[in-house]
Amino acid sequence: MIAELGLAALWMAAALAALQLVAGAMGLTARGSSLGAVVRPVAVVQGLLALTAFLCLIYVFAVTDLSVKLVALNSHSMKPLIFKIAGAWGNHEGSMLLWVTVMGMAGGFVALVEKRLPEPTMLATLAGQAFVSLGFYAFLLIASNPFDRLSPVPVEGNGLNPLLQDLGLAFHPPTLYLGYVGLSIAFSFAIGALVTREVGPAFARAMRPWVLGAWIFLTIGITAGSYWAYYELGWGGWWFWDPVENASLMPWLAATALLHSASVLASRNALRAWTVMLGVVAFSMSMIGTFLVRSGILTSVHAFAVDPERGTFILGLLAINIGGALTLFALRASTVTEGERFALVSREGALVFNNVMLSAILGIVLFGTLYPLLAETMGAKVSVGPPYFNPMSALFAVPMLVVLAIGPLLRWRRDRFQRIGRALVIPAILAVAAGIALVAIGGVALLPFLGMALAAGLAWASVLPLRERNLRRTPLPVWGMVIAHFGIAVSLFGMSCESAFNVEKLVAVKVGDVTTVGPWGVKLDSIEPVAGPNWTALEARLLVRYGADGAVTRMAPQSRNFWAPPQQTSESALLTRWNGQLYTVLGGEGEDGRWQLRLWWKPFVPLIWIGGLLIALGGVLALLGRVKTDVRRLIAKDKIAYRHERKAQLRKRP
Amino acid sequence: MAIKAKHQRLVLLVIALVVLIGAALLAAWALRNQASYFYVPSEIVANPPEPDRAVRLGGMVEKGSIKTESDGVTIAFVVQDGKARVPVVFKGIVPSLFVEGSGVVAEGKMGADGTFVADNLLAKHDENYVPREMQSMTAEQAKNVVAETK
Repeated sequence: MIAELGLAALWMAAALAALQLVAGAMGLTARGSSLGAVVRPVAVVQGLLALTAFLCLIYVFAVTDLSVKLVALNSHSMKPLIFKIAGAWGNHEGSMLLWVTVMGMAGGFVALVEKRLPEPTMLATLAGQAFVSLGFYAFLLIASNPFDRLSPVPVEGNGLNPLLQDLGLAFHPPTLYLGYVGLSIAFSFAIGALVTREVGPAFARAMRPWVLGAWIFLTIGITAGSYWAYYELGWGGWWFWDPVENASLMPWLAATALLHSASVLASRNALRAWTVMLGVVAFSMSMIGTFLVRSGILTSVHAFAVDPERGTFILGLLAINIGGALTLFALRASTVTEGERFALVSREGALVFNNVMLSAILGIVLFGTLYPLLAETMGAKVSVGPPYFNPMSALFAVPMLVVLAIGPLLRWRRDRFQRIGRALVIPAILAVAAGIALVAIGGVALLPFLGMALAAGLAWASVLPLRERNLRRTPLPVWGMVIAHFGIAVSLFGMSCESAFNVEKLVAVKVGDVTTVGPWGVKLDSIEPVAGPNWTALEARLLVRYGADGAVTRMAPQSRNFWAPPQQTSESALLTRWNGQLYTVLGGEGEDGRWQLRLWWKPFVPLIWIGGLLIALGGVLALLGRVKTDVRRLIAKDKIAYRHERKAQLRKRP
Repeated sequence: MAIKAKHQRLVLLVIALVVLIGAALLAAWALRNQASYFYVPSEIVANPPEPDRAVRLGGMVEKGSIKTESDGVTIAFVVQDGKARVPVVFKGIVPSLFVEGSGVVAEGKMGADGTFVADNLLAKHDENYVPREMQSMTAEQAKNVVAETK
């Protein structure tokens, strides 16, 4: 019953999206202008209906209703409740439903609160949003109905891939989806602004919180995903340039560029066409990401199933949305008048540089990700990995990071390097000193070397915008910028340290043997069998000690056997110190009774994710600051309107 | 800079285009050199890649060929496709589904002595995660492989 309710809600939501599209488009014409009034309420109800459908799906998963095909395929009655619920979106159909739900809710929210833009622009925006949603509703209802029933009803479900039975992962996809969908709102705003030719600061201000919000979620999603891959896969790496990782990185790169160009447009009324273009590109990257992940065209832990029909469908949506938007852009770009001018050496100039570099990195990643597909159509099977991605992206990232240290110190419009030169002396000294220290240590490869030197300079330079400011009165967005830029330095330092000073050891040891990795001594104390709710495991009891006289700590990496579905995974054990992490993995038992252990000492590796969180925190502060200003402006507007009203009333009295 | 203010948009556009096209050309060049190609044993024997080039080798693990060396972590085995055999050495923890007689994709380099030095092994992970090359290979070649190894 609940499943049918969910399906009905989904159909109604789709119908309302169609209505929203038609009414929005009609509302723009002179004859249909009265229809425009229904658009906002319809958008809100559409969002609520999508939410209803999603809650229904969560319910059938929570009670393990095995008559629903999706539940039978992806769940199991013996699973812990939290993973049953997370299982609702841990599969193709559920995740697409989550996508339209978030999209519908976001559209409803925009309809409810956004009052700054001219009404025609809002109508065009909401119609655009409805158009994109409609495509996804069609996809769900035609090609991937999450509420399909199954007959006969099976006795037990198939279970969820054990790799995915992890709390971090339960919340990783929704976080990324919030980011993707936030960019769909930015896309709709861009379409709305193009249709009504209202590309200006007001458009940038309306769009900016959505871009910021999307960017925060993407940042958190990427950081969490990277940490998950690090500890769950047991391969010791934190970024593999896996197509699915790239699928989340590309929208982030585009959103980062969009964020910065939108702030130029909002405060300086420049970069108009470019910002609109980036709005289109950012959402295109979200859709390409979804296509890559969902079409099953790429093999990875993330690709749930290979189904050409779905791939074709998403590709069709992609072509319609992106092609349509680009055509609109081509038609209207010439009517977007040029914005304010600026000198090459200015805040705008630095931001343009940053934008171009980010776009270049985006191009590099996109090329590398799609190349295996292109090659396969020509009959060659290739894969592209770090030897391509690392140097190629660094080529553009390094100049970008140098400008990142300088840009925030420059004034808008026009500036001179002489004015800020003195402030940059200390960061330059720090970078050079770090470089000399690394040469003295020796044996550091070029990229980590550059990374650490840049990180040292950037860490100092990133807080310079706070100098000569009253810290209490510094606006939140400035704090946000400083913290996010500092986070980049922190993360960069962590990445470079990991790749320069990582120590790896692979050994086979008998119980009671002692081995060393970096400064650590590791003793295999015993191997014990342990059991969990849906798995059994062999657990290595390790005693580890830092240096010759450190305290002895226990670690317990496991080799787990899940039985629904049957699969073996290795659970790494991590020990964090202030200066790094010890990472241990248990392998198999050899014929001679020795156990394989894989050990890593990774100096300062947690800084990678701490930096990521700092970047996200910077975004949160900036968003709070923007929203605060907006709310204050709204209240002031209401007050003025109220006063006018009172005055008018007083005048009317005899 | 002495750029006429009038042409600013054009200048910016040209700079952006030059950088992006440059990036695309660089990417195309780097991809030609850095992409790692997939080989089956008969191809790699007939036409071996340069020794320092990263490639992938896919095939069946020959029955009875897996040997663990005395350090307990280096294994040697033979990958074959029914036409040719390639010895492989790998140092590391093998995937749980890596067994004799099943498919494997090894990432690594072809040594000058004809031994493939793998730094990563991909085995069939579960029903939903099969290395792509292995999927098509089991369809095209598995029959011959099975027929010839029985």
